[in-house]
Amino acid sequence: MALLSAVSDEALVGALVIPHGVIVAAAIFLGTAAIALAWPVPVALSRASWPMRMPVIALLLWQAIGLAGGLSMIGALALAGYSVAPRHPWVALIPAAAFTVYLLAHLAVTVVQVTRQRHRHLALLDLLTSPHPTRARTRVIDDAVPVAYCLPHGARSVTVLSQGLLDRLDADELVAVIAHERAHVEQRHDLLLLAFRAWRSALPWFPIAARAEAEVAALVEMLADDHARREVRDEVLARAILAVGASGVPGAERVVSGSTRVSDRFRRLAA
Amino acid sequence: MGTLGELERAVMDAIWDAETPVTAYDVKEQLDAEGRALAVTTLLTVLSRLEKKGFVASDRSARPHRYTAVASRADHVAELMHSVLGDAGDRTAVLERFVGGVSPEDAAVLRQLLSGAA
Repeated sequence: MALLSAVSDEALVGALVIPHGVIVAAAIFLGTAAIALAWPVPVALSRASWPMRMPVIALLLWQAIGLAGGLSMIGALALAGYSVAPRHPWVALIPAAAFTVYLLAHLAVTVVQVTRQRHRHLALLDLLTSPHPTRARTRVIDDAVPVAYCLPHGARSVTVLSQGLLDRLDADELVAVIAHERAHVEQRHDLLLLAFRAWRSALPWFPIAARAEAEVAALVEMLADDHARREVRDEVLARAILAVGASGVPGAERVVSGSTRVSDRFRRLAA
Repeated sequence: MGTLGELERAVMDAIWDAETPVTAYDVKEQLDAEGRALAVTTLLTVLSRLEKKGFVASDRSARPHRYTAVASRADHVAELMHSVLGDAGDRTAVLERFVGGVSPEDAAVLRQLLSGAA
């Protein structure tokens, strides 16, 4: 017993021992970073006006904030635990490990939920929609409400158009809508939205997570619009948006735009 | 005869069109009339797939088994449209809509762009 402890003490002397003060300082630094990334930084980004001109950069920043915020929180918890209980590293790491598991579990649950909802939706599409006569991976649902959306699902990704939409749009406007939806699928916007939805569901009491999700959702619409604007003039896209979003058909306008970032999507077309 | 999805749609349409519970033979008759000749075994496979997905219920006490639709076509369309148009915040991760409702202020901005272009 005495021999064992002597050996381990000798090993400690030989090892590079990080002074306790450094660990405490690092914990405080990471903790400060985590708080900054959780509150003032995302608030400033969501209030800034430049993201409507540079949606790609803004999206990268949101991802960086989400990732760095999570990692710095985990790091701060680990170091704080270690500075409180340096002799029991396994115990000290419990808060950081618990937080990591909590976040990953929410991500997993969100993936399962979304996948299940998509499967149900695809099964309904199989039964209720017919393939578009000329466009691949496009289906038509016989409903008067003008609506267009895409359901990302790997190789089975599909764009759905309603008959009401086809009746209302001319050929150019339809090109705009389809280019917009294809951009969502090709640029894998669903993965981004999935990650931010998981973040929000993990932190429901944390208003910034919901704001981040809304910002990301509005920014990917701008990216998809930019894709459409390469194929049609801005006026054509604007006409298509009005025909779908302000159609006056009952039931069509359940979700009304209101947030600044959603309005930015329309203002940048007019700019 | 196209993909499995097309087959399921044709079978489901036949069940929806029938007023009473149908057997696989009834479905075959209906599809034969539409010019799609399919083996009864194929139809039974499709029917059991539809049952597994929860679209069809079967009465196994009767011989041959009789199938009914769990909900009407209109109900399913309503479910689908609700999952697209409903205001659930959870929708965004599942599917991406071209545009939701545009507020009157935003519509004015867009109309201004159009009047300027004209």
